[in-house]
Amino acid sequence: MTVTQQIITVLMCVLATVLTRALPFLVFSSKKPTPKFVRYLGAALPAAIFAMLVVYCLKNVSILSGSHGIPEAVAICAVVGVHLWKKNTLLSILSGTVIYMLLVQLVF
Amino acid sequence: MSKRQASLRALRAAFPHTIPILTGFGFLGITYGIFMSAQGFSALYPFLISLTVFGGSLQFIAVNLLLDAFNPIQAFAVSLMIQARHLFYGIAMLDRYKNTGWKKPYLIFGLCDESFSINYTAKIPEGVDRGWFMFWVTLLNQTYWVIGSAVGGIAGNFIPFNTEGIDFVMTAMFVVILIEQLKKEKRPYTALIGLVASLICLVAFGADSFLIPAMLIIILALTAGRRFIEPSLDMGEPFGGESL
Repeated sequence: MTVTQQIITVLMCVLATVLTRALPFLVFSSKKPTPKFVRYLGAALPAAIFAMLVVYCLKNVSILSGSHGIPEAVAICAVVGVHLWKKNTLLSILSGTVIYMLLVQLVF
Repeated sequence: MSKRQASLRALRAAFPHTIPILTGFGFLGITYGIFMSAQGFSALYPFLISLTVFGGSLQFIAVNLLLDAFNPIQAFAVSLMIQARHLFYGIAMLDRYKNTGWKKPYLIFGLCDESFSINYTAKIPEGVDRGWFMFWVTLLNQTYWVIGSAVGGIAGNFIPFNTEGIDFVMTAMFVVILIEQLKKEKRPYTALIGLVASLICLVAFGADSFLIPAMLIIILALTAGRRFIEPSLDMGEPFGGESL
């Protein structure tokens, strides 16, 4: 990517972000209730999108070759385990990342 | 009370509310900067992107978008989907942001998850100007994030250990956010839709172009299955908190 293309890509991110943050102030009023379908999508989208983003993070993992996705699977289990156990977001992220780094650098 | 006094009083009231964000954004911002540095970007990148985009999840994804082939439409569509939840923060803040004058555009620009959850839930003490309070919360949070990102971007060049695998921080972050989202739903229908749609599209369209078809299928499936899905959702609170 050229620098111009990088700037356009970042501007797209800025534009979409500002749009989602500003739209309610332009379109909705505090007097009228928000359309039910919009509220529904607001509640239903996050989990679906974050599931998609987890897949996006793992898109280049190959089950059939290399390390067969084992470091990723082990580290994700660690994140889930630590998070359910300690309920501390930063601790979960940190421990999962350290375990993953140790696995790819020392074991696989 | 002069404007300056009102502003200072609001700053004193706002700062304690942002201390948890100082640690959270400090840690994640530094990690983000190191991550960008490990992918070959100078510290200017995390600094400017944190200043202009100011959205953690999207910024991590944007690093990959910058490394993939140039595709502005995909970048825009992905950003919209990741940031869609902000629509509901805006709706919840319609009343609260009223009569905040020149601060309003910045309050809207900086309406991230963390600033929303503080400004939505904080009990602003009597005699403290509401507009200034929310302004300081938003500005302090963004300052932590921007400084953290820049520090990480610079520190990334001097890290004495091997950073291979540090990109997993993004996966870990999304897994944690997903767990937190799942706690709000009685049945994990929406997460399953997201997972299955993404996996099918990943196999069908390949790693470089599966996002847009996946998002279309997700929207279609959520629309078609609304009757079954809606009862399992928590439609009450405008869900602030854990997601970044």
